[in-house]
Amino acid sequence: MGGGNAWETVIGLETHVQLRTNSKMFCGCSAAFGAAPNTNVCPVCLGLPGALPVPNEQAIRLAVRAALALNCTVHTKSVFARKNYFYPDLPKGYQISQFDQPLATDGSLVFLSPDRGVVTVSIVRLHVEEDAGKSLHDRFPKQTAVDLNRCGVPLVEIVTGPDLRSPQEARAYLLTLKQVLEYTGVSDCDMEKGSLRVDANVSVRRVGETALGTKVEVKNINSFAYVEKALTVERDRQIALREAGGTVVQQTMLYDAKENAVRPQRSKEESHDYRYFPDPDLPPLVLSTELVAEQQATLPELPARKRDRFVAQYALSQQDASVLTASRAVADYYEAVVHAGADAKAAANWVMGEVLADAKAHDDQLRASAGALAQLIGLVRGGTLSHQAAKRVFGEVADRGGDPRNVAEALGLVQVADAGVLAGWVSDVLASQPQEVARYRSGETRLLQFFVGQVMKASRGKADPKLAQRVLEEKLTA
Amino acid sequence: MSDPAEALASAKAAADRIVKAKRLNAMLTPPKELRKSLDQQAKAAHPSGVLYGMSVAVKDNICTLEFTTTCGSKILEGYRSPYEATAVAKLKAAGALVAGKTNCDEFAMGSSTEHSAYGRVLHPLDKHRVPGGSSGGSAALVAAGAVPAALGSETGGSVRQPASLCGVVGIKPTYGRVSRYGLVAFGSSLDQIGVMGRSVHDAARVLSVISGRDTRDATCEDRDPLRLPTVPESLQGFVIGIPKEYFPADLDPAVRRACERAIRLLRELGAAMREVSLPHTPYAVPTYYVIAPAEASSNLARYDGARYGPRFDGQVDVRALYRGTRGAGFGPEVRRRILVGTYVLSSGYYDAYYRKAQQMRALIAQDFRNVFDRGVDLLFTPTTPTPAFKAGERLADPVAMYLSDIFTVTANLAGLPALSLPIGRIKGLPIGGQLIGQAFLEDEMIEAAYAIERVFPAVEEA
Repeated sequence: MGGGNAWETVIGLETHVQLRTNSKMFCGCSAAFGAAPNTNVCPVCLGLPGALPVPNEQAIRLAVRAALALNCTVHTKSVFARKNYFYPDLPKGYQISQFDQPLATDGSLVFLSPDRGVVTVSIVRLHVEEDAGKSLHDRFPKQTAVDLNRCGVPLVEIVTGPDLRSPQEARAYLLTLKQVLEYTGVSDCDMEKGSLRVDANVSVRRVGETALGTKVEVKNINSFAYVEKALTVERDRQIALREAGGTVVQQTMLYDAKENAVRPQRSKEESHDYRYFPDPDLPPLVLSTELVAEQQATLPELPARKRDRFVAQYALSQQDASVLTASRAVADYYEAVVHAGADAKAAANWVMGEVLADAKAHDDQLRASAGALAQLIGLVRGGTLSHQAAKRVFGEVADRGGDPRNVAEALGLVQVADAGVLAGWVSDVLASQPQEVARYRSGETRLLQFFVGQVMKASRGKADPKLAQRVLEEKLTA
Repeated sequence: MSDPAEALASAKAAADRIVKAKRLNAMLTPPKELRKSLDQQAKAAHPSGVLYGMSVAVKDNICTLEFTTTCGSKILEGYRSPYEATAVAKLKAAGALVAGKTNCDEFAMGSSTEHSAYGRVLHPLDKHRVPGGSSGGSAALVAAGAVPAALGSETGGSVRQPASLCGVVGIKPTYGRVSRYGLVAFGSSLDQIGVMGRSVHDAARVLSVISGRDTRDATCEDRDPLRLPTVPESLQGFVIGIPKEYFPADLDPAVRRACERAIRLLRELGAAMREVSLPHTPYAVPTYYVIAPAEASSNLARYDGARYGPRFDGQVDVRALYRGTRGAGFGPEVRRRILVGTYVLSSGYYDAYYRKAQQMRALIAQDFRNVFDRGVDLLFTPTTPTPAFKAGERLADPVAMYLSDIFTVTANLAGLPALSLPIGRIKGLPIGGQLIGQAFLEDEMIEAAYAIERVFPAVEEA
């Protein structure tokens, strides 16, 4: 496929995000993940006869917050609607959602595309709804079990325009969306726990064409890694079909991660007509100007802006600033280290290196306090600790806490800056390396660093390397 | 009543009267269970409550802990709610006793209580006639003198229409006055729990107890419970409108005579009578029969045999379970309305039916506002176009059945309070007159009803 025949992929994403609330959207049940099946339930979320929904105000606040973070127009009046379909994990026979009057519309999100650089994707709408329960098809042989704990957990659905141009780009958008939603505290966006789920609309067209091709909806994409794979499979399927002279049929495909393939949803799994209508149990959702203003006022600095500020304020590269602002917790931690007196560049290296590695190994916990890290960086800068020794101290402080200087002393890692003591190690090293000494003296002065290394080794990291160098030079030229 | 022994005796007497009225098929709770529960409730009831010891029968589409809640349907046969309706909890908190569950049209869909999976209810004065519906069991028990008051529910007149046909008082409050929590939904935007009583006072004091805010119902207004008015000396100062659309040329002459006599008495009581017009009235029944089934089709989707109630054909697959359970569990009238409702909400038909009906509903509500804005306090109309009709007479013709509600559906569509009280008899059968009030001004409506009740010849031939 080259030149004028090239295909362009067009992707729009519908992302369902669970809101980080204690209780469910329309009842007081816990929204927590992981409880024993069918324990977080009540007459309302079970859809028992006579039970009625009452909206969760915190969920509304978080939805407004998400909408504002995505630059949406938040509508002061929106309407809950019923989406009617039969399924065993949908106890009322309808899902309470929003339809023709959603909470928010006309937003945008800027992200860094791997193909096109900075891209602005349009957010067509953001609406509030309740989650369905979970059907477990693999728990009992030939039977489907239903867990209704998830039933009624608050969600927002975020719908983009057909603005994404490759599976890679779709993934990059999603990661940025996740970052924004995490930053704002709207959701934990954990795909493994199902708190972020994606459906995609995919179509292809010849480069240069302006009309959209027939779209296919791809569902059941359960992790960030699969987003790219699933969309690639579907894109390739459509292109192959078109190249062979076929036409794409509008349908819903399910992604099978095990086979890395898509298959059409069986027609009876498909709902043809949801018969949306305003939910008569819920008055229109009217937002006070105070509520919207409060969310606007408490919106944190969003990742893109923070990254730019880090570049400007701390003289970091775009790349380093991106890494440091990837999560709000890390960005806040980095700034706390700098505010505690550490050099900005050194702090960046420490956070991107030791700190993130330690966090990765320990459940994303930032275990050493920012103050401790700043102190540690200061000890290296002041010559009290070598970089190597500081890493050991960091691990120790992360594991057991404590004051870095005390820890360093307890471990015997404080650098020896006493020329007399150093002279002993230097003499030992020079005595054990007669050939290198001879070569140095015959003009191979670059061997000096080798000798410094040997002295550091002999001192088990405690020697002050600058002083060691000076003593070495003195002895070698003597 | 404040003496526990008296309450116990009263509960026993109520149970005796209810059991004695067994031939009406108005009570779904078996006698033994009813006696036992009433006895227990009387012992547990708090003597300081304003309804202490009062036996109140409850329509079977209102959730109770004491008894099953079947909505007159096979699909909920044996269903026991794990929670009780707010209205029931308020009744009990006031010391009242839940005197069993009353028979009704299945899911409150009907105007004759013939559409119950548990058999039809007989009219207390003529076993060949219907008591009206859908709250026919509640109306019949009150009319038979078995209980002083009963809870019913209204979607299009299901309290007032049977009240009219049985010769008792029936009040439907303003939409949002009484919590719907625990009232099994039929048409959620129209449904309200209402009360039937032997007298205006019996109905009104029960209504007062069950009214007021409830955080479990987002459509329930944040208001204090209804305050009962005092009985007035006259209707001096009241302006009562007579909407001409409720007196069509083909109105049953006897119903017209009864109403004209009532209007004369209202004037004698000092009320200023004024003819008014509610021009969109003719569209009320068709509007209602789009909106109510639409909401019902969605509200009744949950009865699928998966979680509660009996199951039919559940072994093959989930679709068979749905088809089998819903096919066998719902009666023909419910199935008809689910089909109608599904149709009017379908894409391509929504605008022509559901949206149009909502627009018409707004116009009907505006009609009432226009009249009330011009100084009219209350409206007086017949409650029903005829007295109790014969069983089976309208079963084959749903539209004839639907027209039984022609004078009552408007208050539901507009969300207004309305009540029916006996204004006379036609060939021995009771007929009711209707007062329609302004939103949340039940007290004015009840005040007028107090005055009317004292002078109306409720049991005299019109």
